[in-house]
Amino acid sequence: MTITMTTTSPPATRTWTPVCPLDRLEAERGVAALVDGVQVALFRTADGLFALDNRDPVAGAYVLSRGIVGSRGGVPTVASPLHKQVYDLRTGDCLDLPGVAVPRHDVRCRDGLVEVRLRREG
Amino acid sequence: MSERVSRLVVVGNGMVGQRFVDALRARDPQGRWRVTVLAEENRPAYDRVRLSAFFDGVGAEELNLHTPDDGVELRLGEPATEVDRERRLVRTAAGEHPYDALVLATGSYAFVPPVDGATLPGVFVYRTLDDLTAIREYARGRRTGAVIGGGLLGLEAANALRLLGLDTAVVEFAPRLMPVQVDTAGGAMLRRYVDGLGVATHLGVATTAVRSGPDGTVAGLELADGTVVDADLVVVAAGVRPRDELARAAGLALGPRGGVLVDDACRSADERIWAVGECAAVDGTCHGLVAPGYAMAEVVADRLVGGVATFPGADTATKLKLLGVDVASFGDAHGATPGCLDVTFTDPATRVYAKLVLSDDAQTLLGGVLVGDASAYPTLRASVGGPLPAPPLALLAPEGTTGAGAAALPAAAQVCSCNAVTRADVDDAIAGGCADVPALKACTRAGTSCGSCVPMLKQLLDAAGVRQSTALCEHFDAGRQELFDIVRVRGIRTFSQLVAEHGRGRGCDICKPVVASILASLGSGHVLDGEQASLQDTNDHFLANLQRDGSYSVVPRIPGGEITPEKLIVIGEVARDFRLYTKITGGQRIDLFGARVEQLPQIWRRLVDAGFESGHAYGKALRTVKSCVGETWCRYGVQDSVGLAIALELRYRGLRAPHKIKSAVSGCARECAEARSKDFGVIATDTGWNLYVGGNGGFRPRHADLFATDLSTEALVRLVDRFLMYYVRTADRLQRTAAWIEALEGGLDHLRAVIVDDSLGLCAELDAAMARHVDSYSDEWRDVLEDPVRLRRFASFVNAPGVPDPSITFALERGQPVPAGRATADEGRQPVALGMPAVRR
Ligand SMILES: Cc1cc2nc3c(=O)[nH]c(=O)nc-3n(C[C@H](O)[C@H](O)[C@H](O)COP(=O)(O)OP(=O)(O)OC[C@H]3O[C@@H](n4cnc5c(N)ncnc54)[C@H](O)[C@@H]3O)c2cc1C
Ligand code: SF4
Ligand code: FES
Repeated sequence: MTITMTTTSPPATRTWTPVCPLDRLEAERGVAALVDGVQVALFRTADGLFALDNRDPVAGAYVLSRGIVGSRGGVPTVASPLHKQVYDLRTGDCLDLPGVAVPRHDVRCRDGLVEVRLRREG
Repeated sequence: MSERVSRLVVVGNGMVGQRFVDALRARDPQGRWRVTVLAEENRPAYDRVRLSAFFDGVGAEELNLHTPDDGVELRLGEPATEVDRERRLVRTAAGEHPYDALVLATGSYAFVPPVDGATLPGVFVYRTLDDLTAIREYARGRRTGAVIGGGLLGLEAANALRLLGLDTAVVEFAPRLMPVQVDTAGGAMLRRYVDGLGVATHLGVATTAVRSGPDGTVAGLELADGTVVDADLVVVAAGVRPRDELARAAGLALGPRGGVLVDDACRSADERIWAVGECAAVDGTCHGLVAPGYAMAEVVADRLVGGVATFPGADTATKLKLLGVDVASFGDAHGATPGCLDVTFTDPATRVYAKLVLSDDAQTLLGGVLVGDASAYPTLRASVGGPLPAPPLALLAPEGTTGAGAAALPAAAQVCSCNAVTRADVDDAIAGGCADVPALKACTRAGTSCGSCVPMLKQLLDAAGVRQSTALCEHFDAGRQELFDIVRVRGIRTFSQLVAEHGRGRGCDICKPVVASILASLGSGHVLDGEQASLQDTNDHFLANLQRDGSYSVVPRIPGGEITPEKLIVIGEVARDFRLYTKITGGQRIDLFGARVEQLPQIWRRLVDAGFESGHAYGKALRTVKSCVGETWCRYGVQDSVGLAIALELRYRGLRAPHKIKSAVSGCARECAEARSKDFGVIATDTGWNLYVGGNGGFRPRHADLFATDLSTEALVRLVDRFLMYYVRTADRLQRTAAWIEALEGGLDHLRAVIVDDSLGLCAELDAAMARHVDSYSDEWRDVLEDPVRLRRFASFVNAPGVPDPSITFALERGQPVPAGRATADEGRQPVALGMPAVRR
């Protein structure tokens, strides 16, 4: 059986959406979250919380949350689990391929809850 | 058409012919030359230099030098019979091949002295794979052999006969062995070795006739001094002669000792005809080694695309291992330069002989001979024509200064003579960013032929201050082996401690999985415990293999490839119920594709309940031990290969390693399980097992080397235990066993010393480590299923664990689900289809 689900464009109103308790995020690892139909990759590292699109722009698969986080020359990073390109967690810029980037989103922790605000320009 | 595309015909597909075609194709990417290669032999070019390896079980495919190329028409078994210079075409029995340029690369033939009986059945030459195959066939059931000729080739042939089980004698006309390469004293030292192997030598005497026995086949040799040497088989290795018959018949000039006469551009008097390799007489001289041939190949390739290269002259340096003895000779080995000085070193106890030839002022190295220990060869050869890199005795003392001072070599010194690469070339490549030996190989070609210059490449990297790839990444200066020791010796249990105390930064996707694997090898609990979980590669993190669309594949262990019908049915049911694509793998198990993260525990539950466990297809760990059915069913089998394969697979399952480990067991020498393509392979013999190590398939296939023979099962297991543990401890990141053994200082011999003779006193520790691994094994899937905290990780979305990832969708292909239309532009906003498991119960 096949069900069709339509995911709509993110709403214009940029609101903070609570996602999960902070302790559901493992240190130095990512998880995927679904925020208004958009797949977001959330990371918790010693530098804080980060949110990027979950979609690996090179491979087109929704896997960035499953990459290994770390640092490159002081920049907090995540490496795509598919083809290992490394992205700056703060900006979404790919450090290996000039011109490639993943959209980033806002993330914060309020009263022990992780909240995400989508930032999709245009 | 002929405006743009010209026709090139190459006669001969030997080592040099092939190198020439490769060199030309590399320089002619637009395909201005359409190439036809006429080959007399029935197989494409192979490594004739390593021909004798055939008797060590190295097959034709492993010696192969030919890579298929659409731009080249290779016509096997179609020798050229005539060159028609007038009409510019080459004739073969099958037809005519017109040319705009013709390259002769016909090599040499073995010279057979015109003595009585030289054509009797049982007399062979030693030049082609067919020759060697015929020798092996004929040797079967025979007892004695003789070789005419005690040069390089003759000694190789003698060793081959010895390996075939024949009592062997060598007859040499000159007063010493290898007269071309070594001097009298060196020849004498060589003879001690040869005697020691039980090979008889008759020196300084000519063969006058080959005798036949009553059945008309060969029975022995008659020597000029009246001696008769019994021999059921005779190999003639009395030198080679250039194959210049086509050129001669076409009226081209020949060299004074034969060979197609060419100038230093390798071009004959007919401007359309060139000659390369052993058939060419460059300025009148033929060269019987492969390196000068390769240089000629490069020259002609360059010329055909408009270059002006010339043949730089030949380096006749040779280094070889003959009958287990290292022999090297280079430069003016015989001290023919007027006024030159000799420095010699002879040690009858260790059977080492060395001689250096110096200029009359003792300032310049002219040449030398080394017998018994050739470790100084690479540096010495590269120093020829320049000052000595160290005092002579320091260089000659055995093991003294292995390659002392490659750093002291002048820029023009040739570091790799096989490929004519100078120190300056290597330094340039290093300055251009080559940071390790593989990079230098790729960039300069140095080290890609005989490999004897590789130690020098390492030294030049050192000398240039390049910290060779031992640094794992920017976070650790240590390499994997060092980190392993640090973790083991200091009892470090976490990545954070390790990086804080022995590294810097936060780690990355290179060092984290390496440390995770080290921790796992040292038995630090479940791979998903605590901080360890965050270090794992996504495959290890989810205990499944990530596929291109973000779904995973699941592989249950099927030890030895043996499975009951009931278990097969369970796999079928699971695949059906979760709509998984199924495929049988090369490792004799079944891969189930298309599982989403949140489905993994449900799938494992069903499999574990039916008695399956994780197959570790996701880990750098033991994968499978393949087997053939063996003695139980097969009428050829001599041992229970399935039983052993299962035992080995269960013993080593879950062992984390620098790379995946594959194995196989065959029930007899027919080798149906392809054990020799595995990291460790076992082949049954009448009395036990033969162990092979260091094989792999993949990008650079390699056959495993025979490591030990006729082992009992216990002895086999003990050796494999140590082999694997030593590998786990000392290999680099992502280094398969083959590359690891190659990189070990001393290679297979070193490995044998460590794990058989316990030369490092390590065996007890390795044994204990393996015992700990075997005792502490538990199924990683079951462990997750039993732990709610670990299970939590297997959710599609942290805030919507019930919603499947909408991006994973399938289409049907040949009745099975496959990823639907490869992901394209931003389809996050498109309607997407959700594949739901169709559970039928
Ligand atoms: C056992 C052995 C060990 C050796 N060890 C060493 C070593 O350690 N170091 C070293 O430098 N060299 C060594 N050599 C020598 C080395 O193999 C040769 O120098 C090298 O193979 C020369 O290459 P080539 O292409 O000129 O000739 P080959 O490799 O002999 O190739 C010539 C090819 O041309 C074919 N051919 C001939 N006539 C025709 C025709 N009319 N039409 C079509 N095809 C034709 C032949 O069948 C052959 O296949 C060794 C040789 C042997 C036999
Ligand atoms: S390797 Fe030998 S025992 Fe095994 S299947 Fe083949 S022939 Fe039979
Ligand atoms: S000298 Fe043979 S590969 Fe370099």
